Amino acid sequence: MFESHRSGPVLALVGELTIYHAAEARDLLAAELAPDPPAELDLSGVEELDTAGAQVLAWAKREARAKGAALAFTRHSPAVLEVIDQLNLARTFGDTLLIAPLA
Amino acid sequence: MDMEQVKQTFIIECHELLAAMEEALLSLEDQAEPTEAIGAIFRAVHTIKGSAGLFGLDPIVRFAHTVESVMDRVRSGKVALAPNLVSLFLQCHDHLVELIGTVQGEAAPAESLAEGERLLAALVPYLETTVATLAPAVRPQLATTQAGGPDAWHISVRFAPTVLQNGMDPLSFVRYLGTLGRITHLHALLDKLPAGADFDPETCYLGLELDLITSADRATLEDVFEFVREGSRIQFIPPHAKVEEYLKFIAELPEEERHLGEILVAGGCITARDLDEALDTQQEEDPSRKLGAILVQDQAVPPPVVAAALDKQKRFQDRQANELKVVKVAAGKLDKLVDLVGELVIAGASAHALAGKAHDPRLLEATATLNKLVEDIRDNALSLRMVQIGETFSKFKRIVRDVSKELGKDIELEIQGADTELDKSIVEKISDPLMHIVRNSMDHGIESAEVRRARGKPATGSLALTAFHESGSIVIEVADDGGGLDRARILAKAIDRGLVAAGAQLTDNEISSLIFEPGFSTAAAVSNLSGRGVGMDVVRRNIDELRGTVEVESYEGSGTTIRLRLPLTLAIIDGFRMEVAGTCYVVPLDMVIECLDLGPFLESEENHLINLRGEVLPFLRVREVFAVPGPLPAKERVVVVQYGEIRAGLVVDKLLGEFQTVIKPLGQLFRNLKGVGGSTILASGEVAMILDIPQLVQLATLNRRGPAAPALSR
Repeated sequence: MFESHRSGPVLALVGELTIYHAAEARDLLAAELAPDPPAELDLSGVEELDTAGAQVLAWAKREARAKGAALAFTRHSPAVLEVIDQLNLARTFGDTLLIAPLA
Repeated sequence: MDMEQVKQTFIIECHELLAAMEEALLSLEDQAEPTEAIGAIFRAVHTIKGSAGLFGLDPIVRFAHTVESVMDRVRSGKVALAPNLVSLFLQCHDHLVELIGTVQGEAAPAESLAEGERLLAALVPYLETTVATLAPAVRPQLATTQAGGPDAWHISVRFAPTVLQNGMDPLSFVRYLGTLGRITHLHALLDKLPAGADFDPETCYLGLELDLITSADRATLEDVFEFVREGSRIQFIPPHAKVEEYLKFIAELPEEERHLGEILVAGGCITARDLDEALDTQQEEDPSRKLGAILVQDQAVPPPVVAAALDKQKRFQDRQANELKVVKVAAGKLDKLVDLVGELVIAGASAHALAGKAHDPRLLEATATLNKLVEDIRDNALSLRMVQIGETFSKFKRIVRDVSKELGKDIELEIQGADTELDKSIVEKISDPLMHIVRNSMDHGIESAEVRRARGKPATGSLALTAFHESGSIVIEVADDGGGLDRARILAKAIDRGLVAAGAQLTDNEISSLIFEPGFSTAAAVSNLSGRGVGMDVVRRNIDELRGTVEVESYEGSGTTIRLRLPLTLAIIDGFRMEVAGTCYVVPLDMVIECLDLGPFLESEENHLINLRGEVLPFLRVREVFAVPGPLPAKERVVVVQYGEIRAGLVVDKLLGEFQTVIKPLGQLFRNLKGVGGSTILASGEVAMILDIPQLVQLATLNRRGPAAPALSR
């Protein structure tokens, strides 16, 4: 399962961000980024993340930057944090990571 | 980046985190919903683990990891927080403090390592089975090796684009390598991600550069990548490889991956200097390769800045929780400042005195303004060294908790006046004596629950730590609601030990004070904590060294209060100058109550008593105390001083008024000189003695009773 919800500047990704939904996620993000790019990508609903998913996230970040917008990843779910930790991507992404559980 | 300095910061930060952790642990037991405290403990351990990892402090990482894992299970509600688990965590906290202590240089002593093993073993039952088997898997021989560096394998992987389509996830390789050893550094390369529509989400663009400390051999490592070998580029550089090998490896990389050199430096495989040198030579050979482009390619900011920023983000939440607007300054710098301000005070006083002699009103006004400012600076400089006593007090929460468990008594600690400030140098020296007193009160003072019930007291004993300011001193009280001192037994014991002559008439207070005599203990049973007769005499000696006093107030059956009275600061005082036979003496101004002419005597001058508005005031002639020769002046003056609750008069020739002064300690030679607390330099350059009021007041009251005044002179 993979879906997204947009509310104002926040785009929330929910479900499995894996190889099975990578293409879907990419198309979705490409569409969202085109006219009115979101400022924030809420990752609290991401239940699973793999290399393919991480690549999509990195790509989205870079695309947004190329368009002169900043896309911040927020409310990282434990699954996302784990991958960021394992691949040491915190520096690459440069987002604020909260260690405490989400409120 | 200066590693030593960063390490210092790390140590300081760890101490702060550990203090927060201890406080949270202690608060756990009184809270119904301790979620926040548990979160704080978890974050503290987690952050320490993370930072220790940055420095490759393996033993700390390993220990903290296990503690963190258990804490995590507590946090998620899988493990109940029983009191014995809290105790275990407190011990773990102590062990962490010890481990952090060893960061600076020397290795941990064997018993400390054994303690660590014991604690880890005790934690295992609280862990999930998988983690429990992992914990001992950390090979002991790794404990001493440095992270990264030449001891690690360097593995470089560029995955084949088809890896993902073939159903493999590079992440799982990272996870698997993690089970073979410890990944000390990992950098994921995503530079090859194409922009825009060229990006194929099902193609793998990932590259990895990682350092792995492992005992596995090359074949085992190669086997890990067995299924992705086709189409991927995988390189291994064994541990202890020469720098040249790395440089060759860098040179072989495609141009766009040149910033790898930096990654290797970050992992500790090579030093920045090696890299620079290598690149320099390359530049000579091939000017088209630019050094700057290689070192900072793809990263506009230098790595230390990025690392610092990252660190900052990670601690964002922690910081917010305990953000205090505080600047840390090395204690030595402050001492130096106070020292200089002291000299400034003397110089200012000297200038003012000269201006007075010059009879130039404008100069006088200028020096007066200057003096006012110097005074402000002095107060400010001194207040910089003032710290709240609360931090010292809160240490006792833990001690009271542990000791009361040990003694099987239920004791509550009450703290008052934690925001009372006093000089840092005094705070440091007060901690040990206070500890003795608190332990004594808990051990001897507070009775067991049965005895308390029998005496009609609440079963829970109470211990109060109180601090407040009183006439230029700070007073610290340790009060218990225990049985009070058994004066009959103390007296019997003192006579037995030959401290007091049999049949001597002593006041209650004098008997109580006997507990501070060396080698004195009345405890029926010598416990682990106190009762060996060492302690209370040490307490008094320590307090004496701080120019303070100890007094005991005890009521049989209802408790004992031990009161410490200490000067606020050791450095600068407002002094009151007096003259005897042409020599200047100084007393601390806040101890001076009033000044008057000598007389009228009570009955006779030999009694050394005067009638002060109907009150009896003992007095001392300073010239008698110090055996100063010379004729008596026509008119003598009395300076009434107070210390604690006792007043006495000091008889001098002339009163010279107040002035600021810096206390210079007396040299080793004069250590045993009684009645003089220090010396100071006057504006004129002369040396003046600062009188030790507590001793003189004591002497004056003794004089009243004894027939002959014992002279202090030698």
